[in-house]
Amino acid sequence: MAIYQLNVNGERREVTVDASTPLLWVLREDLKMTGTKYGCGISACGACTVHLAGVATRSCIVPISHVGDRAIVTIEGIGQDTVGQAVQNAWVDTDVVQCGYCQSGQIMAAVALLKQTSKPTEQNIEESMGGNLCRCGTYPRIREAIKTAAAQISKGGV
Amino acid sequence: MATTAFHPDLNRRGFLRVSFAAAGGLFVSLYLDPKSVTLAQEGPMPAAQVKVCPPDAFVNIRPDGKIVIQVNRLEFGQGVQTSLPMLLADELDADWTNVIANLAPAADVYKDPVFGIQIVGGSGSIAHSFQQYRELGAKTRAMLIAAAANRWNTTPDQCRTEASVVRGPNGRSATYAELASEAARQPVPAKINLKSPTEFRLVGKKIKRLDSSAKCNGSLKFGLDLDLAGMKVAVVAHPPVFGGRVKKVVDDEARRIEGVRDVFEIPLAKGSGVAVVADKFWPAKQARGRLKIEWDLAGVEAADTSELWTRYRQLGSTPGNVAVSNGDPNAIDKTIAANRIVADYEFPYLAHTPMEPLNTTVRFDGDHAEVWAGSQFQTGDQMAVAEVLGLKPEQVTFHTEMAGGGFGRRAVTDSHVQREAALIAKRLRGTPVKLIWTREDDVQGGYYRPMHFHHVEVGVGPNGLPVAWRHVIVGQSLLAGTPFESFAIKNGVDSTATEGTADTQYNIPNLHVSVHHPKVNVPVLWWRSVGHTHNAFVMETLIDELATRAQMDGIAYRQKLLKPEAKKLLRTLDVLDKATAGWRNKLPQGHALGVSCHESFGTGVACAVDVSIENRRPRIHRATVAVDCGLAVNPLSVESQFQAGLSFGLTQLMPKGAITLKNGVVEQRNWDGYVPPYIVDAPVAVEVHIVPSTEAPTGCGEPPVPVISPAVVNALARLTGKRHRSLPLSSV
Repeated sequence: MAIYQLNVNGERREVTVDASTPLLWVLREDLKMTGTKYGCGISACGACTVHLAGVATRSCIVPISHVGDRAIVTIEGIGQDTVGQAVQNAWVDTDVVQCGYCQSGQIMAAVALLKQTSKPTEQNIEESMGGNLCRCGTYPRIREAIKTAAAQISKGGV
Repeated sequence: MATTAFHPDLNRRGFLRVSFAAAGGLFVSLYLDPKSVTLAQEGPMPAAQVKVCPPDAFVNIRPDGKIVIQVNRLEFGQGVQTSLPMLLADELDADWTNVIANLAPAADVYKDPVFGIQIVGGSGSIAHSFQQYRELGAKTRAMLIAAAANRWNTTPDQCRTEASVVRGPNGRSATYAELASEAARQPVPAKINLKSPTEFRLVGKKIKRLDSSAKCNGSLKFGLDLDLAGMKVAVVAHPPVFGGRVKKVVDDEARRIEGVRDVFEIPLAKGSGVAVVADKFWPAKQARGRLKIEWDLAGVEAADTSELWTRYRQLGSTPGNVAVSNGDPNAIDKTIAANRIVADYEFPYLAHTPMEPLNTTVRFDGDHAEVWAGSQFQTGDQMAVAEVLGLKPEQVTFHTEMAGGGFGRRAVTDSHVQREAALIAKRLRGTPVKLIWTREDDVQGGYYRPMHFHHVEVGVGPNGLPVAWRHVIVGQSLLAGTPFESFAIKNGVDSTATEGTADTQYNIPNLHVSVHHPKVNVPVLWWRSVGHTHNAFVMETLIDELATRAQMDGIAYRQKLLKPEAKKLLRTLDVLDKATAGWRNKLPQGHALGVSCHESFGTGVACAVDVSIENRRPRIHRATVAVDCGLAVNPLSVESQFQAGLSFGLTQLMPKGAITLKNGVVEQRNWDGYVPPYIVDAPVAVEVHIVPSTEAPTGCGEPPVPVISPAVVNALARLTGKRHRSLPLSSV
């Protein structure tokens, strides 16, 4: 067990856990932030996606000892960001979700995409979202919501 | 259209009962009680029988104006958490912006009014509870009006309702919240007039989901997110072969991991396993990885899929138990070889792999237990927990948790996950324990869509239509040995294996369908759309082959071959024909059209896809679907089910879309070995056309699944000339 100082959604948090514990389980069980989901534990589904220093990252395979002082942003904090808010609004307006379990990860991946590429093509969308699994299959509406959010952001509103 | 067209024969199991109380304010609670048939009466219950039962109620009108509606089903994506409240709120004339939906716990009142058990299955949520929820809303509204009329010294016909307000003569008005306690004292109407479709305010409109925001900001709690004071987390080491037993466990290393609380053997549905209990998930999983378990596999059948194919092929060459035999069963033998199509099909085991791994939390207190589970089958799961703990079902409080998908995997007749959780909680009396099945447990844990082999011989007549059809299906029975056996298995035929073939709506003279149900040591389970997953594939690819042979358009051929009574399919084909007229014969070079249609769970579906080959995989540029599901209660939800359900159906076309076993061991471990469709595999765009209808609503959860795979494979046949008959689609 070791003590780790974390920067989560702009707040300083301290946890005492085994060094091998994945960031995912620290968020879920130590910090009680359960919006980030466990789907596979092997980086195959993207349900656990968070932003680590701004980069969409699979938190299920990042040991807590590797996080360091990099800023962690989770689904609980992404709405503080204008792009994040635009994406969440577009998701609700498009009625994307079904079971909803993968959608935290989908939204985190979409925000990372739109921060990098303000007007993504279908190919950009497929590349950025390509590793995020949705068993319900909400992919057509995910595409639509990303385009809606992009249009909203380019208009400067949220 | 008269409202009596809606399920006039619905099995009425109970009567409304009313109660009221002042726990946190006055509210009306109404519920349909299957046990209260003999207690039914006009007028309020005698005071002694009035019970405070907020969780047993369907409607609570709170003093703050919020209307809480209990949903008697699991929500796991299909949208009933919105659609069932819509039905009730519409008849109630409730202010939709103040409706709160809540998943009901296990209780008799929440049993499916047709099935008589609390379950999500057969795409029946809306179909079975359509009348029930509307009546609940209408009766509550009548009581609110009666209360208002009483207060204003007028008659109910002088009052009208809108957005949770009753309005009477002389500009009088009162909110539902204001009237709730008086309404609770009004007699429950025995009969009630329901709205005609033209009066609907919510039903038939595109209404957005109630759970959307919470699912987009991370605040919605699924079963796996449950956190209780003092809770422990458990994982179980399962035997490598189904039915294996623990011979010896060395757990010293496992116990050395900080946070591990207990390691012990538990019996499983088949064989035994080792439970590891820890403070949190990570130490539990780490510890399980360090167990040294010697397994006893003596007498355990080691299933092997390559051997099973040999066995299934042999079985398929002989007739099985007869599911249907119309006309001359030997007509096919009188057809000359040139006019005969002989086709063998193979379908592998498929895992459901819902996004949220299976889990259940149980706390056992000696004479009572509490369960939290995303259960599709509360009645069975509650009974199973009670049995394990030596309790009566009513001593088990069973909370229905939101679930991250299911597709059939959360309705298991042996309740094996809940039994494991209960066994562990029994040992840790007083401590809540959350059992988590890891993704590896899920992929390797069985309860798959069974493997199937089909052997089909079709005789083609001079007009290109089939004149004889002999069809043998080989696959494990889903329902043998379950409580559903008696009504689903007749003459040795499990109807879930033949649905979609034996009851085909194509006009095929001399149709003979038979089935073999081999016993195999692999647990099997219904997988979204059940037998239609393979039967629709076989039927729709063969029909397509016949259409091609007859040099006819795929839509026109189907229209010609369907029986006139196949009204829903004929309507959907007509809509599909018109909806795709603009593109289906003008596709770019390298693209091809694929068509299919199939009715399941009472819903007719026709599908057309535009497919090319990219990176040696089918690329689905667009899909157009026509749906006849009777009255579409929430067209936005119907559209959503079909847009997304097509992708779920594509699971069986994925190159790694198969569960295989070697020497009894499942060869796939996670989503790297068993790979479901990702965004690139799904149709880029899906257009859904709902056939306008005022007929009783039918299911939409499962019917999207069967049509897509045959449509795509039919398009591939046009591109490559190859008819794919064995799944998964390992190469194109």
